[in-house]
Amino acid sequence: MNFKILKTPRGIYNSILILLCVFMPFIAPVIGQEFFTDVSARIMIVTIAAISLNLIMGFGGMISFGHAIFVGIGGYAVGIFASHGIESAYIQWPVGILASGFFALIIGAISLRTRGVYFIMITLAFAQMMYFLSVSVEKYGSDDGLTIDARSNFGLSFFDLSNDLTMYYTIFILMVACLYFTYRLVNSRFGRVLRAAKSNDERMHTIGYPTFGYKLTAFVIAGMMCGLSGLLTANFESFVSPDIMFWTFSGELIFMVVLGGMGTIMGPLSGAFIFLFLSEILSNITEAWHLIFGPFLILVVLFARGGVDGFFTKLERRND
Amino acid sequence: MNYILLAEQIFNGFQLGIILFLLAAGLTLVFGIMDLVNLAHGTLYMFGAFFAATFVELTGSLVLGMILALPAMLVAGILLEVIVLRTLYERDHLDQVLATFGLIIFFNELFLVVWGPEGSGINLPPYLSGLITLPGGITVPEYRMVIIVSGIVIALLLYFLVSKTRIGMLIRAGASNREMVGALGINIKLLFTLVFGLGAVLAGFAGMIITPITQAESGMGESILILAFVVIVIGGIGSIKGAFIAAMLTGLIDTMGRSFIDVALLPFMDAVSAETAGPAISSMLIYILMAIILAIKPSGLFPPKGA
Repeated sequence: MNFKILKTPRGIYNSILILLCVFMPFIAPVIGQEFFTDVSARIMIVTIAAISLNLIMGFGGMISFGHAIFVGIGGYAVGIFASHGIESAYIQWPVGILASGFFALIIGAISLRTRGVYFIMITLAFAQMMYFLSVSVEKYGSDDGLTIDARSNFGLSFFDLSNDLTMYYTIFILMVACLYFTYRLVNSRFGRVLRAAKSNDERMHTIGYPTFGYKLTAFVIAGMMCGLSGLLTANFESFVSPDIMFWTFSGELIFMVVLGGMGTIMGPLSGAFIFLFLSEILSNITEAWHLIFGPFLILVVLFARGGVDGFFTKLERRND
Repeated sequence: MNYILLAEQIFNGFQLGIILFLLAAGLTLVFGIMDLVNLAHGTLYMFGAFFAATFVELTGSLVLGMILALPAMLVAGILLEVIVLRTLYERDHLDQVLATFGLIIFFNELFLVVWGPEGSGINLPPYLSGLITLPGGITVPEYRMVIIVSGIVIALLLYFLVSKTRIGMLIRAGASNREMVGALGINIKLLFTLVFGLGAVLAGFAGMIITPITQAESGMGESILILAFVVIVIGGIGSIKGAFIAAMLTGLIDTMGRSFIDVALLPFMDAVSAETAGPAISSMLIYILMAIILAIKPSGLFPPKGA
């Protein structure tokens, strides 16, 4: 590991983010804002979803406007099992993650036949389809959602998710694992093919790479990772409703990835952090916080295209 | 199931189809010509509904209010294009999606603050709230007929505008090769603004004519916008003919599915499970249709020529 990178402004900034995540349960009570711990946990859960979107969008060039669908599938896996009295994590978690992967396989296989704006629309449509399905199934709460009585049970006395601190650090460890996994994946041979297909699909195809298979694999991996985020959401909130796969959440995920810096490892964390922290603060100031947030989003797109990461790149160039 | 109910549902389907067409036509033109993915198209639909509700309340007349709301839509559309959207033409689709997403967030909140969560409505005057009895005993609300007829008239006008006039010729030329039209000395900027204004008027008109039946409320544009996206994807982006056919198809399938799917399921399952599965399947029908069509023809039913 090269520790020099930690001394750059970018490295310091990212280290602060990670340290904030680690110590928030201790910092929050000291500064008298206990709810910051919950905010931080939510940020990390959403970060996992953003990491997975960044994997296909930032590294693979697949702009999915329906990524929240996998959060929904993971969340409902916990909710539906729990409503039948099955609380074992060894059933809920594998099924949730495999179901997300299975749906990603089907959705990806159809959607990846299209490109550009058609891909954006078709992923959006699939997510809406699942949203309306969850709204119309009365057995599982329709639009009122499902309340989950108990968090997933791992059957271990020293590892009990109903303990809030255990839950918090489980989320943290899984987030770090996803960051590390993505780092390894995009720097592997697979990742290089994926990134090359993003910059020029035709060329990769011509020199003999079946890019469809690579993209579909990435899409399935991303789907499973996003399903994990859904499992955590349902466990953390003890509640799951169709809202977690509404299309606006997919849009917000895209924005977080862009805000942090597309196609960078740490971008999703910093994007989710700024997005959710800002919305938390703004919504405490005024109820109509979207009036500020909407134009902020437009301004970021128009004038700060590279996001936070782009800012650091500019900074580094100036210093060189 | 009898034929009267069936006929009434067909009219309902046409009504939804017309509304979808009015939205999809603008969306598909803007995308086909300017290469702009405009998520805020549903916002223009909402603009139309609120403009009409306000003008109808001010003037006390439905017709006058709507006639006044149309030029207001044109102005709103042009302002939006000049202030924000114009800068997005050169950007990639991701930027366009995000920026117009920001517009949606902003305007939904703005309308919520100004008009409140209950929104605003239009009451139908007595001369439009009766029923028409068609031969065969089919009854259709008068206003529903007004929607369908006015939609068809607009579709015909649009067809005439696009295929028979000079400006239509430029629009078609722009859709197949933007750079060439510019190189031939046509004021592309003005053409783009006009096309966007036209799209805004069409979307606004759709919002206007639906308000007496539903309600003008913040966020009304988004659910219909996603349907309109489904329509242009099925029809082939950039094709008005495709948009019309796909809109009617989508409107009919969605309406029919909601009314008759539990009956259609009866041969395959018992009544109770058909009643539970019905709503779930019917809400997914058009998305399944889209998935099938895209799996067979990835650029829609009528992909524009030269694209």
